[in-house]
Amino acid sequence: MSDHPTSAPALEIERATKSFVVSRHQFSTLKERALHPLQAREVQRRTVLRDISVQVARGEFFGIVGRNGSGKSTLLKCIAGIYQLDRGRIRVYGRLAPFIELGVGFNYELTARDNILTNAVMLGLSRREARRRFDAIIDFAELRDFVDLKLKNYSSGMAVRLAFSVAIQVDADILLVDEVLAVGDAAFQQKCFAEFRRMRREGRTVLFVTHDMASLTRFCERAMLIEGGRCIELGPAEVVARRYNEVNFGRLEDSQLATPGQHLKAVWFEDEDGRRTTHTEQGGQIAVCCEISPPPHDESGGPLALKVTLRNDVRHTIVVLDTRAPNCKGGESLERLVAGGEPFVARLLFPCQLAPSAYSATVDLLQGDRPVDRLEDAAAVTVHSRFFSGGVWDAPFEVAVSGTRVPA
Amino acid sequence: MLDEPLTASAATYGPPYDPRPEIVGSEPRRFVGLVLTLAINDFKLRFFGSVLGYVWSLVRPLLLFGVLYAIFTHVIRFGGDIKFYPVYLLTALVMFNFFAEATNRCVTCLLESESLIRKVRFPRLAIPVSVVTSSLLNLVLALAAVMVFYAAQGVEPTWRWLELPLFVLVLALFALGCGMLLSVLYVRFRDVQPIWEVALQVLFYGSPVLYVLTVAPEAIQRKLLANPIACVLTEMRHAMIDPTAPDLFAAIGPNWHLVVPAAILVGTLALGTYLFAREARTAAERL
Repeated sequence: MSDHPTSAPALEIERATKSFVVSRHQFSTLKERALHPLQAREVQRRTVLRDISVQVARGEFFGIVGRNGSGKSTLLKCIAGIYQLDRGRIRVYGRLAPFIELGVGFNYELTARDNILTNAVMLGLSRREARRRFDAIIDFAELRDFVDLKLKNYSSGMAVRLAFSVAIQVDADILLVDEVLAVGDAAFQQKCFAEFRRMRREGRTVLFVTHDMASLTRFCERAMLIEGGRCIELGPAEVVARRYNEVNFGRLEDSQLATPGQHLKAVWFEDEDGRRTTHTEQGGQIAVCCEISPPPHDESGGPLALKVTLRNDVRHTIVVLDTRAPNCKGGESLERLVAGGEPFVARLLFPCQLAPSAYSATVDLLQGDRPVDRLEDAAAVTVHSRFFSGGVWDAPFEVAVSGTRVPA
Repeated sequence: MLDEPLTASAATYGPPYDPRPEIVGSEPRRFVGLVLTLAINDFKLRFFGSVLGYVWSLVRPLLLFGVLYAIFTHVIRFGGDIKFYPVYLLTALVMFNFFAEATNRCVTCLLESESLIRKVRFPRLAIPVSVVTSSLLNLVLALAAVMVFYAAQGVEPTWRWLELPLFVLVLALFALGCGMLLSVLYVRFRDVQPIWEVALQVLFYGSPVLYVLTVAPEAIQRKLLANPIACVLTEMRHAMIDPTAPDLFAAIGPNWHLVVPAAILVGTLALGTYLFAREARTAAERL
């Protein structure tokens, strides 16, 4: 059952099933009930979760994805103990954060100070502990100047920062997060990400519900895809993200491709030393690696080519590495390999001058101009930098100063 | 896939557990902290930012008192032979007002806390308890103002005034019992609100607020005392205002008759607790 290699479980879900009552004749007033005392209520139950089983290991960032109404938030609420399961069992090891959303209980008529206290108590701190951590919370949110301002005068981004800052102060081993990471400005997002890394180092577990595949691959190692209340895919985040895109959008193009992954066997990122990685510092070299099982030789087909499209977390195309392009060195080595037919690995090495963000790689394998295989969002890497310029390409550059007024 | 090794954990595991919706929860301190925080916030919101907030909270009972006092002493000419009638009227009004306000707000409290109930696991009972607590804070402030009136009217203080917290406690427990019942009923039946408003009217005239118990015929007096609020107000009159007025034991006749209001009080609390515990577990799904 253990489908994660590391350590002890943080959470075990066994055959979780949950249904809701949807009565056709739901009396909503006592009067109706009194007027029709004998009429039996037709009770219909709609099952929203069916036999969901999963184990989440300690220290894991686990994603739950699915369309609206697929049951992912219901599952999270069952785990949090807000809803009660009909059947099945949930076992939690360690302290579970009792909330699924940031800023619950915020009252916009009260000051930030009062709201921090309320929210912290709501999320499980004692009143004394909440007061003790007040400074840490307000400093992390960088809102000390606005502490006595009513929340209604806050911008939505500021309120979210406040909410996040309270949430991370809660002493929980397992956090449940429903759709919140796409908030705050970029600098604050970086800070949040650093905070998540710290949590992971401390062995904390995060369950993260989303339908944003970019943040899924950015934050999670593993994920499950829920559709119609069933788990239809459970595995590495990239695989689940790809399946999600298939299920929801169909294959975006190239419907003539019979089986995706037939020739492109695997895609991953490597650092300068040839180690697989999902995180890198800006400024080094990084490689996209594709394991390819080449298609049979085809006279009319032309030479093999690879096209790797890197998109950032808001799905903008930032870099396209095309082996046919003049800026590619060694593209002809690909062409030579075609006839051989043996599987090989192609490494596309480039200097990582990308702005800090999460990037996902979509890989196309082409023979001549004909697409042979395509893997959507096949691998992901997060680029880190201490500095956020606001651009998408942080080109290395020099500054030189000259002019009559400058002493030589 | 972990890019960083796991270091020593932040906390050690306890035994595994199954998270479920909770009513009181396993940590009494968390429950008390929640109730206090919610009640204080509610209180702050009502008195927000103005000194006048407190005054406004007094205006309603005081104005009602003024109108009733004027009508009963000058128009109907009632109460002339009741010792300290204005003092009794004001105290009884403030106390009944507490009960009415607390229960009325309990009716809708679960629905108004919908966002909390659907998004956080916390002991659900904290919501009606915090509503009653907030009204209780309000009552304490109102009683402080009433005490000024006692002094102005020349009511002699006695040691029996120390019974006052007991009266407040009984009223608060009765309000909580009704409140728990009403809050979960309202989740299912939306006409509970107008029904309760009418019921409160009946209760208002059925309790000796405008009148004192002893003006009623003796047979009716004993029936009126089935109502716990009537018991509190009668004993309050004896203890606080007029020691010559009959206390509860004298008014109710045979002492075992006290079983009836006591049973109503305990029964309301028990039924309220039972229904609340049963219904509140699924409240998040029904709201």
